[in-house]
Amino acid sequence: MELLVQNLSKRFGDKTVLEDINFSMQSGEFVTFVGSSGCGKSTLLRLIAGLDHPSSGRIHVDGSPVERPGPDRGMVFQKYSLYPWLNAADNVAFGMRLQGMTSADVRDRTAYFLEVVGLQEAATKLPRELSGGMQQRVAIARALATNPSVLLLDEPFGALDLQIRETMQDFLLKLWQRTGLTVLLITHDVEEALVLAQRVHVLAPNPGRIIRSLDVTLNKSDLDQLRLSSEFLQLRRSLATSLRQLEPTIG
Amino acid sequence: MTATAAAATKGRNAGRGTGLLSLFTLGATPSAAVRSGLQVASLLLPLLAWAAIASLGLVDEKFLPSPGAVFRSLASMAESGILFQDIVASTGRVFAGFLLATVLAVPIGICMGVYPAVCALCEPLIAMLRYMPAAAFIPLLIIYLGIGEEPKIALIFLGTIYFNILMVMDAVKFVPKELIETTLTLGGRSRQVLVQVVARYSMPSIIDTLRINIATSWNLVVVAELVAAEVGLGKRIQLAQRFFRTDQIFAELIVLGLIGFAIDMGFRLLLRLSCRWAV
Repeated sequence: MELLVQNLSKRFGDKTVLEDINFSMQSGEFVTFVGSSGCGKSTLLRLIAGLDHPSSGRIHVDGSPVERPGPDRGMVFQKYSLYPWLNAADNVAFGMRLQGMTSADVRDRTAYFLEVVGLQEAATKLPRELSGGMQQRVAIARALATNPSVLLLDEPFGALDLQIRETMQDFLLKLWQRTGLTVLLITHDVEEALVLAQRVHVLAPNPGRIIRSLDVTLNKSDLDQLRLSSEFLQLRRSLATSLRQLEPTIG
Repeated sequence: MTATAAAATKGRNAGRGTGLLSLFTLGATPSAAVRSGLQVASLLLPLLAWAAIASLGLVDEKFLPSPGAVFRSLASMAESGILFQDIVASTGRVFAGFLLATVLAVPIGICMGVYPAVCALCEPLIAMLRYMPAAAFIPLLIIYLGIGEEPKIALIFLGTIYFNILMVMDAVKFVPKELIETTLTLGGRSRQVLVQVVARYSMPSIIDTLRINIATSWNLVVVAELVAAEVGLGKRIQLAQRFFRTDQIFAELIVLGLIGFAIDMGFRLLLRLSCRWAV
């Protein structure tokens, strides 16, 4: 799989939200975009998902242009991610059923992906009976169950408590390491972007553009240690400085 | 305890009130026992007042029959079969008219809620039609449809469909955009999104809309029967007036109230059974 974004721009009326975005990613990569609110990062993800159309530029997946949403680009939003009337298993099965997969396949794959996200015990629970973190794990399982070539995550842990958020970051990283997923995640949290990604793009607002891209080559076997290591903290400070310089000066 | 803390506590307690006053404290919830007591009193107090006024002879029995007389009148109407016949006729009209209005209103309302273009096309017309009193259509309906069941059903249809449409449309606007878009990224087609997500998500509010609006059709059926009918609860009231049978009028009014209440409870039950996730 190759995702290719070339000279991508998006305008809403007079306002240029994204200007000349260029990047690409390959199968098995974990890429994050980090930026403050209003930098157009959600718009970028929506364009790749096919939920919105670019004003100019190209988005290609495996050589063919993105024209509409499809299960090859699974998406998980920050909130309202689950169907509240369906239990966890039926939520996971929903996308497969939309596509007319046979019921035996649906049953097997649902069980498998619930296990992948560690929620086989919660199969019959309604979303409101699950914690925020568990809900997002169900949403990830549902997106994975339709076999996407890239998983698009729109601040998936942004609505969770700080402690849960770190647990979920560990979960997602392990999931990626174990399954060889391709993940594109956007966040406003510099630490999250660095912990998870192999490659981080920094977006600046007005108009939204990539101002810095870096490869992250840290040892990620123990995330708790990583978060406290001097190498990590240095990178984190450097990225935070890049972002802060974009803020209008106060006073 | 410091002096300021003591003062603060005192202030809070004063605000909360005691005894009867505590029932009017904003944000406070009386115990379940107190609430059910009040609910019983809501029906029992007026009944006692009625019985007292009637037994003391404060009002001429011609104008205010006693509860006993009303009950006897109810029993004799039930015995003769008239009551059953009237109930069947009136509820039949209500359900026919309201069902028709619902079957059309739900898909139209959903499309208006989802597609801004459909909304722009339909909303001005519906907003105006809604303000034409349904009862004002009776003469036209009689000219077009005669004096059988059709104009009565049509009146109930006209009197409820616009409210149903607009309220379904509003309910649909509360479906989170994320849920619709998630479905699209899972490969859902428009039809699947409308039926399996939009309609399903708004079902609790739609059932509640129907529960509220069927009350209007219950009003209209009586109006329709006053104009032209052989049987029906409204018709019986009109006949009772001709013979000065206030006891019968009271009896019919109570029956109307009880059936309406039962329909309301039926919708609440339907909501509980079909949308357990939302209640």
